Amino acid sequence: MSATTKNLRDPLKRARGLGSAKHGTQHFILQRISAVIIAILTPWLLWLLVSLIPADYATVRATLAHPCNAVLLLSFLLALFWHSRLGVQVVIEDYVHHHGFGVIAQILVLFGCALGALVSFVAIGRIVFAG
Amino acid sequence: MSQRERPLSPFMLGQYYRFQITSVMSFLHRVTGIVLSVGAFLLTLWLVAVASGPEAYAMFAGYAGSACGKIVLAGISFSLIYHLLNGLRHLAWDLGYGFTLKGLYTGGYIVAGLAALLTAVLWYFGFTAGGAA
Repeated sequence: MSATTKNLRDPLKRARGLGSAKHGTQHFILQRISAVIIAILTPWLLWLLVSLIPADYATVRATLAHPCNAVLLLSFLLALFWHSRLGVQVVIEDYVHHHGFGVIAQILVLFGCALGALVSFVAIGRIVFAG
Repeated sequence: MSQRERPLSPFMLGQYYRFQITSVMSFLHRVTGIVLSVGAFLLTLWLVAVASGPEAYAMFAGYAGSACGKIVLAGISFSLIYHLLNGLRHLAWDLGYGFTLKGLYTGGYIVAGLAALLTAVLWYFGFTAGGAA
């Protein structure tokens, strides 16, 4: 690579020069915490979804409006979008080698997941409070 | 002197390259993760449909119940079960369990078998519930 022939400084020195991101193991830990929340709630969600397949609209709405279901559903979705963002972030870091595209993709994924979580939050709110 | 043709692993996919369950499962974990990231938005769309009223819900249910919708739901449900079980395998490794060559293979086969079994059970309940309505 031409960059290395022009610059005699060791790449590790340059990486260190960027300084610590001050995040340490945060990404790893948050990914695991969200994974555990999702793993605990998934059997419940699958049971809920399958049980609602034959139900009519009023039953679906009344079931989701139940505070217990609403809180668990919201917990699941927040953990899900959080976990999704962390996972896709790593995939982009690994496979998108163009810096500019990578940054744009990261921002889009972050916005998308935040939007998904917020829309879910509002939708559940409408189901619970307007029901 | 003629040079013998030699395989250039691992770029020579196909007859020269033997896949390992470890790399295939790792790859599948990522692929199913991407599928589920899209699926998360469909779950949100379902909630929006429920919140919006009977007409919106009927429209969503119509798409979900169509042949195309069933294929998408089948793919997402398989991805969810596989990613969940393989994720538990990852969590076990993080706790220090099964992170040996033998453990990786044993856990891999258990996850692959359980994923197939649980997906079949879920599809059975999902499709019979839809048919009963």
